[in-house]
Amino acid sequence: MDWIKRNLFSTPVNSAITIVMIGLLAYVVPPIYQWMFANAVWGRQPVEACEAARGVGACWAVVWEKFRFMMFGTYPYDEQWRPGLAIIVMCSLLVLSTWRKLWNMKLAWVWAIGIVLTFWLMGGGFGLTPVQTNSWGGLPVTLILAIFGVAFAFPLGVLLALGRRSKLPIIKSISVIYIEVVRGVPLITVLFMASVMLALFLPVGWTIDLLLRAQIAIILFMAAYLAEAVRGGMQAVPKGQYEAAEALGLPYWKMTGLVVLPQALKISIPPIVNSFISLFKDTSLVLIIAIFDFSYSVKKAVETDFTWKKYYVEALIFSILVYWIFCFAMSKYSQRLERDFNRGHAR
Amino acid sequence: MFGNEKARGILYQVLLIAAILIGGWILFSNMQANLARSNIQVGFAFLDREAGFEIAEKMIEYDATHTFARAFLVGIGNTLFVAFLGIIIATILGTLIGIARLSENWLLKTAASAYVEVMRNVPLLLQLLVWYAVFTELLPGVRQAINIGDVIFLSQRGFRFAWPASHPAFTAAGIALLIGLVASFFWRGHARKRQSETGHQLPVFWPSLLMIIGLPVLVWAIGGAPTALEIPKMAGFNMVGGINITPEFTALLLGLSTYTAAFIAEIVRGGILAVNKGQNEAAEALGLKPSQRLRLVTLPQALRVIIPPMTSQYLNLTKNSSLAVAIGYPDLVAVANTTMNQTGQAIEAIAILMLVYLTISLVISLLMNLYNNRVRLVER
Repeated sequence: MDWIKRNLFSTPVNSAITIVMIGLLAYVVPPIYQWMFANAVWGRQPVEACEAARGVGACWAVVWEKFRFMMFGTYPYDEQWRPGLAIIVMCSLLVLSTWRKLWNMKLAWVWAIGIVLTFWLMGGGFGLTPVQTNSWGGLPVTLILAIFGVAFAFPLGVLLALGRRSKLPIIKSISVIYIEVVRGVPLITVLFMASVMLALFLPVGWTIDLLLRAQIAIILFMAAYLAEAVRGGMQAVPKGQYEAAEALGLPYWKMTGLVVLPQALKISIPPIVNSFISLFKDTSLVLIIAIFDFSYSVKKAVETDFTWKKYYVEALIFSILVYWIFCFAMSKYSQRLERDFNRGHAR
Repeated sequence: MFGNEKARGILYQVLLIAAILIGGWILFSNMQANLARSNIQVGFAFLDREAGFEIAEKMIEYDATHTFARAFLVGIGNTLFVAFLGIIIATILGTLIGIARLSENWLLKTAASAYVEVMRNVPLLLQLLVWYAVFTELLPGVRQAINIGDVIFLSQRGFRFAWPASHPAFTAAGIALLIGLVASFFWRGHARKRQSETGHQLPVFWPSLLMIIGLPVLVWAIGGAPTALEIPKMAGFNMVGGINITPEFTALLLGLSTYTAAFIAEIVRGGILAVNKGQNEAAEALGLKPSQRLRLVTLPQALRVIIPPMTSQYLNLTKNSSLAVAIGYPDLVAVANTTMNQTGQAIEAIAILMLVYLTISLVISLLMNLYNNRVRLVER
């Protein structure tokens, strides 16, 4: 009672806001609840059940009906345990990365193992039936684009950040131009470039598959953003550290590798996590160049089936929920990191 | 030792340039070989050819007989238009939500937090697809358009509004509005000068309101006070009359601004929290009214923190407007995409795309930097 008085009715203005808000919620929430839960069709049900509820309740049966295609796209049906395992491998990779005891060279090994394992599970060979990348699809592709993207962009980003802070004028200006140009254009233009132009730059007769092209575009795009995150970390390393390293007579690469980077990278972890979250969301853009990532698989799963086509919005809401779970978890983690780091700073 | 290091530095740079030149030459010769095989003329000559495709929404006159160059201009206009409106709506919405997150009212605070956490953790592309589906699939067909008081018609073809029939009095009122804006700007400057010279405060708000709203209304009344509205009607398979806003445009504008508003809300909240509490208490002790405290003390200091991240949000919004291509709004990317498919001039089309976006980014950061210089802390 006391809590209600303090938080909802402390002043006349406050009371007015509360009453308006309650009115608004009473108007908006019940219909949404009715549609999404009370009148919705749950579980594996025939399309007739959805027809009956059309207009009053959501048809979640479409998710049950199309689940395999949404999750794995056109991956061979009997082999779909492999992308399933790949999802588990990549999610464990993300979870392991939050474990601070691993924040050193061990993490690089964990990622290398995870990436090789994923690639083997998806692509086959060494005892598994080979599966071409053009039949990969669904959630694993989204995770691959994001995780491989950040893993390969990271070294490139560190080099660019070093280049931008370098005293050598040509190296500096090339890094600055690269970073600023990439950050100034939308990802979709880079993807277009990869899907249309990359083929032109290869020797006549060569082709590279679409997924690899998109992956390269994402790596090149992400590198510029990571470079800025790492540069921020480098700027935060106190000047005395550089001077001390120089006074010890350490050459540039030793100073960078042993003194500057270990400190700078730790500071830049929160912004790197934030860039990763944006990248994870942005991988959905490959839908525009027709790559079967999770969002495109969901879209195609319903669009291509005439009977279920009407329940497109329900399918979209399902995919939104999946993306949201990933991004919300990561953003909560990143907020906790920032708090912890700031606490260390304020001490 | 120093000379040695310098020599090494030069060596590195020479190697880097050599690598770039050799790599560039290999790529360039591959490209020439590929282009020669596919019979594509390199260069921007195609811009003068007839485009041959229609664009559904345009701000300047355009049809299929116009040139590709003009098609690109139409695309640029559409991109800038949606980005401009999006920035305004996102700023207003984001500021309101940011302030709501700091409210003492638990219900309001929680609702605002929920909005932020939902919107910013879902890919914008999916949000756009949902908005678009809502406007095209859940609304009725054009014949069963939802009629709101014979003034607004909602259907799958978009929102159609009744609009005042054109009349010279409206043009005159528009000019009067412009004059009112300029006059109130000068009045504010005069009042400030007067205050700093004599300490005497002149009223600013009411005279400005009178000039900005009163003047156009007066001109409109003198011009005969026309009230005739052009009411949308069914004609054949579609409605005519009034103003129509397409579902593509509405979906893009709403999607962009509601998404960016979530990020702006966080920036505004952070900015207000960054203002030292003592500042507000000192202002209160000086006897400033709450509205003056917000306007003269809190806001100027919060803006300093807010503007740099806000700039990058504006840039993001402009770049994100390129997702229009997914829902069929004819922005620059959509026009470039059609051009690429029709002419095969991929390199030129992408070069134009990048150049335009880089220019827009540059201009926005320039403007925001100018503004930032005005509000930043002046230290001796």
